[in-house]
Amino acid sequence: MDTALHHPPSSNLAVDIRGLRRAFGGRVVLDSLDLTVRRGEFVAMLGRSGSGKSTILRALAGLDLEAEGETRVAEQRAVVFQSPRLFPWKRVHDNVTLGLDGDDVTARAESALREVGLANHLRAWPGTLSGGEAQRVALARALVREPDLLLLDEPFGALDALTRIKMQTLLGELCRRHQPAVLLVTHDVDEALQLADRIVVLTDGRISLDIDIELPEPRSAGSPEAGELRRRLLSELGVHS
Amino acid sequence: MSAIENLSVGVALPIRPNTAPPRPYGLVDAFDRSSAKRFRFEAPGWLLRLAGPVLLLLFWQAAVSTGGVDRDIIPGPLDVLAAASSLIESGELQKNLWASLDRVLKGLAIGLIAGTSLAVLAGLRRQSGDILDSVMQIVKAIPVYALLPLFIVWMGIDEMPKVTLIAVATSLPIYINTYGAIRNVDSDLAEVARVLKLNPLEVVRHLLLPGSAAGFLTGLRYSLTSVWLALIFAETVNAMSGLGFLMHQAQMAFRMDIIVLVVSIYALVGIGGYAIVLGLERVLLPWRRSFKGL
Repeated sequence: MDTALHHPPSSNLAVDIRGLRRAFGGRVVLDSLDLTVRRGEFVAMLGRSGSGKSTILRALAGLDLEAEGETRVAEQRAVVFQSPRLFPWKRVHDNVTLGLDGDDVTARAESALREVGLANHLRAWPGTLSGGEAQRVALARALVREPDLLLLDEPFGALDALTRIKMQTLLGELCRRHQPAVLLVTHDVDEALQLADRIVVLTDGRISLDIDIELPEPRSAGSPEAGELRRRLLSELGVHS
Repeated sequence: MSAIENLSVGVALPIRPNTAPPRPYGLVDAFDRSSAKRFRFEAPGWLLRLAGPVLLLLFWQAAVSTGGVDRDIIPGPLDVLAAASSLIESGELQKNLWASLDRVLKGLAIGLIAGTSLAVLAGLRRQSGDILDSVMQIVKAIPVYALLPLFIVWMGIDEMPKVTLIAVATSLPIYINTYGAIRNVDSDLAEVARVLKLNPLEVVRHLLLPGSAAGFLTGLRYSLTSVWLALIFAETVNAMSGLGFLMHQAQMAFRMDIIVLVVSIYALVGIGGYAIVLGLERVLLPWRRSFKGL
């Protein structure tokens, strides 16, 4: 079992979960869950709060030592959490390069911060940034590692509505450019519809819906296809309109 | 409407319009000037801080000069200054002050390194923390000055037991506060360190040390208080130099002016230590400088 955890995922997969089980003190949150994410695929995972979606993400991030089952992931993975989780005593630039070494880390961090529009904040302290800026630094900290798998745990959940829209657009652009596999955990149906190639819905620890999203680009939340999908997804999440 | 019916709460409460007349109220100035206007005199902070001690010295000198206080019991500031200048002239003051500072600096350096290292060692892993911390709590419960006789038996009456006592006395507050701060380091950031695959050394350097710097400085402040206490204890035993030795000799000779001088020096070096901690706060916590107080 232990060797399986370190075994590289089969060639075309970035995530390969088989029979994932997680219980918190007798309460089973996930049971025999299977999920695969292909290389370069953008998967959004929807679920009501408490459905276990963050638990899956934490298991994939290597943060949950008590999850049972087989969880194989691309070795180069990066995580963005709901809060930026920047080290307050490190300037923006040093937060991005944390744990990296090599001669070119400075240049790489600068280019990552330029990509998220923060080239002017290299030397700023995290405490002086707005919520959206701090989350963009967290995004740069993930991107600078050139991940094959990007794990996003409700990354825009704590942002205001206007900032959220901008961040969703930015994330879409960055993912198109770098082509990592993405697992985006969210409860925002529109966010999932705007960004994802595939949407899975988690209900009571099982995947209850798994659909490929083929919407005309550029995607518009107002299109009839999107409206129909939204209704279907919301109904799967227990919200009927 | 249908959305409301589908909510699991089920019962839709009727919304009754509020028919009570609105409560009348007036408007007030958003910034209450009445309290701010009262004291318009604004002296700089350092002047006010200096005024207290200066007034105290003047009062003290006046009390002695007018004969209100017996010089043989409490000499005045000018008597103390005279004692200082004659001791400086003979070189005794420098020699003894340096002897004490030498012990303090050596003991403090050892105590700082030992306290911080133990805190990091205990803080890095839960198991090492459980083992080490219980031992340190026991050591903490012992009044360290009670260890002096042991140190003297083990190490003789030279510099070693004195420096050791100071080191032990300073390492404890550093350890306790730094370890406490490490245990309070945000576990969310620890997860980030794990995700970014930081090695243990990097975790110490980038997370634990900066994350516990504020606790370390609190510990250092306590240390600088206990360091002089430890020095006094250490220098009461077979010291042939140092401020404690000077004080002891003055006591034998009923030289109240020298005793008060030494007490004043303890006060001055104590304030100097406090200033150093304030300076260190700027160096170690620059990211917190943005908060200037209310």
